[in-house]
Amino acid sequence: MFSADLLANAVVSGLLLGGFYAAVAIGLAIVFGQLDIVNIAHPAFVIVGSYTAYILNSRFGLDPVLVGVLAAPLFFIVGVAIYRIYYAAFERTGQESLSGLAFFFGLMFIIEVTLILVYGVDYRLVSAGYSAQTLAFGFVDLPGRMLVPFVVAMTLTAAVWLYLSRTFMGRAIQAVAQDRGALQLMGADPVRIKQWAFGLGIATAAIAGALLIIIGPVEPSVGRQYIGRVFAIVVLGGMGSIQGMLIAALLLGVTENLVSTFYGPSWAPAVAFGVLLATLAVRPAGLFGR
Amino acid sequence: MRRICIALFAAAFAGAAAAADPIKIGFSMALTGGLAGAGKGALIAMEIWRDDVNKKGGLLGRQVEFVYYDDATQPAKVPPIYTKLINVDKVDLVVSSYGTNEIVPAMPIVMRNKMVFPALFGLAANEEFKYDRYFQIMPAGPYPKTDWSKGFFELAQQQKPRPQTIAIVAADAEFALNAAAGARENAKKMGFKIVYDKTYPPATTDFTPIVRAIQATNPDIVYVGSYPPDSTGMVKAANEVGLKVKMFGGGMVGLQFAAIQKNLGPLLNNVVNYDFWVPEPTLDFPGVKEFLAKYQEAAKGKGVDPLGHYLPPFAYAYMQVLGQAVAATKSLDQAKIADYFRKNTHDTVVGKVKFGRNGEWATSRVLMVQFRDLQPDNLEQFAGPGKRVVLYPKAWKSGDIVFPYKQ
Repeated sequence: MFSADLLANAVVSGLLLGGFYAAVAIGLAIVFGQLDIVNIAHPAFVIVGSYTAYILNSRFGLDPVLVGVLAAPLFFIVGVAIYRIYYAAFERTGQESLSGLAFFFGLMFIIEVTLILVYGVDYRLVSAGYSAQTLAFGFVDLPGRMLVPFVVAMTLTAAVWLYLSRTFMGRAIQAVAQDRGALQLMGADPVRIKQWAFGLGIATAAIAGALLIIIGPVEPSVGRQYIGRVFAIVVLGGMGSIQGMLIAALLLGVTENLVSTFYGPSWAPAVAFGVLLATLAVRPAGLFGR
Repeated sequence: MRRICIALFAAAFAGAAAAADPIKIGFSMALTGGLAGAGKGALIAMEIWRDDVNKKGGLLGRQVEFVYYDDATQPAKVPPIYTKLINVDKVDLVVSSYGTNEIVPAMPIVMRNKMVFPALFGLAANEEFKYDRYFQIMPAGPYPKTDWSKGFFELAQQQKPRPQTIAIVAADAEFALNAAAGARENAKKMGFKIVYDKTYPPATTDFTPIVRAIQATNPDIVYVGSYPPDSTGMVKAANEVGLKVKMFGGGMVGLQFAAIQKNLGPLLNNVVNYDFWVPEPTLDFPGVKEFLAKYQEAAKGKGVDPLGHYLPPFAYAYMQVLGQAVAATKSLDQAKIADYFRKNTHDTVVGKVKFGRNGEWATSRVLMVQFRDLQPDNLEQFAGPGKRVVLYPKAWKSGDIVFPYKQ
């Protein structure tokens, strides 16, 4: 069954899929990778992003990606507020490890149940002109449904990387991840920086959610299926490394689609996570971990 | 003497209270989690039945009351719910939750208590238990595994030139695996050569590599056993990749739901898939339109399927049969009710229902319908006839197949 066009399409579609994974994982790369906050509710925020895109798309015909970008500042504010609660209740008292995890687990359920109560449990989808288009380059197909999320995800990743590496606040976020005590000695407030970073992480969920609903139908609990994958991507990339996260996401996408095409889709997650384990065995700190 | 009078009075009072007590029907239902969309729709239909019955004076002169708990689409939650319903809530009757995965875990408890168990949409759920008081309202037929896809293969067999090769792809989950196993059996029995036979994990996001791998094996027909998000992904991927086969579809769950139908629109054209009821003139059973009008009114703003063609009429019907059995036997005796279920043909909003082997429908009525002439972004088109043409079985046929699916 092996052929060049199957191989090329598997690699290209894997890259497109990996790009989408990166959009979902990037918020967690900041929050979990850099701040060490186990925000297990991150995929639930992604679903809130999907619902926001759905509501504005179905009511006003707005493009889902545009909705994601417009909603991001609002998500940022919500993220800041959640971090304040988390800090006051757990981090300040040093209970963040177990109680904090329970907090985010609870938050995930609250988000899911709220979505169910307000919008019901039916599958939600959006309509966007490009999602039905497919570009063809020779024998390689680029479906708009996957291509647009990929382009947006790459832009988002580049923007976050530039922000973290080139701006004062971005460097401060990296500093708080490395040595909180030293940052305090420099006169900076680590809590303020962390709340900003947490807000940024949640803001990316607005865009990731919009991308998710372009790809396929969404219902309130669908975020759960991404929890394992996105945490694995962040760990594989090397905690806190945006480049590492991107490479890991693309690697996971390509591995999944190659296995799916040539061996059988049921093996795809097993092999992809096998790659994760093998990488961690060789490089325990992940691909780009220090 | 005074004590005896008080005791007699108390006993008489208790007796009167018991006579006025409602008949309690207990069940678990998926009101949250993955199957909640269907579960909530089923509950609306069941409540319409309860209200209809209570308006007419109830059953055996007693009002009907529901006792139900959310199983959150988690099979592990089902056994304690039925234990509580039977032992603590002391319900008079039980019915099942929605779906195979939620029905099977309840079976041992219901069987231990020898209760009648009308069940809502489980595929071959009684195949291993062989419980003689289990009755399945889904018209999968006496041999559910094979009856489910029989129509798809019989249709393929009738086409000229006759398709020779088949690809089978299914989700790694109970229903889809059963559907695929049945399809495999039918394919072999009817002489189709299987050129692709794989399963995929339920958390798959991108279906294009699967469809490309199928296309590479060049099958004549493709049978898919999938759940709603995957069905959407499969149909979109088939259009994106430009899958060229003669028949595509079969066992895709979700293509019966209004929201998904509306979103996919013309991408569904010529897909042949299973269904149980569609608004075609051949399936216009007494009471079904009135029921759907009530359902569509009640469903507004509840985030459930707005048209309710797939599950709700059957959720109403399984309660109808139970109600008819209680009324006819004038009893809550489980043996008598089960006997009534077995021996009679029941008039329901989904037509005449007769139970046979293992409590399944005596004759399968798994429809094969073909999507036709669909316009984009138009929900109303699905409310009337002509858009989901019944091809199989012959008795309910409303049109001829458009063949091939895509050239």
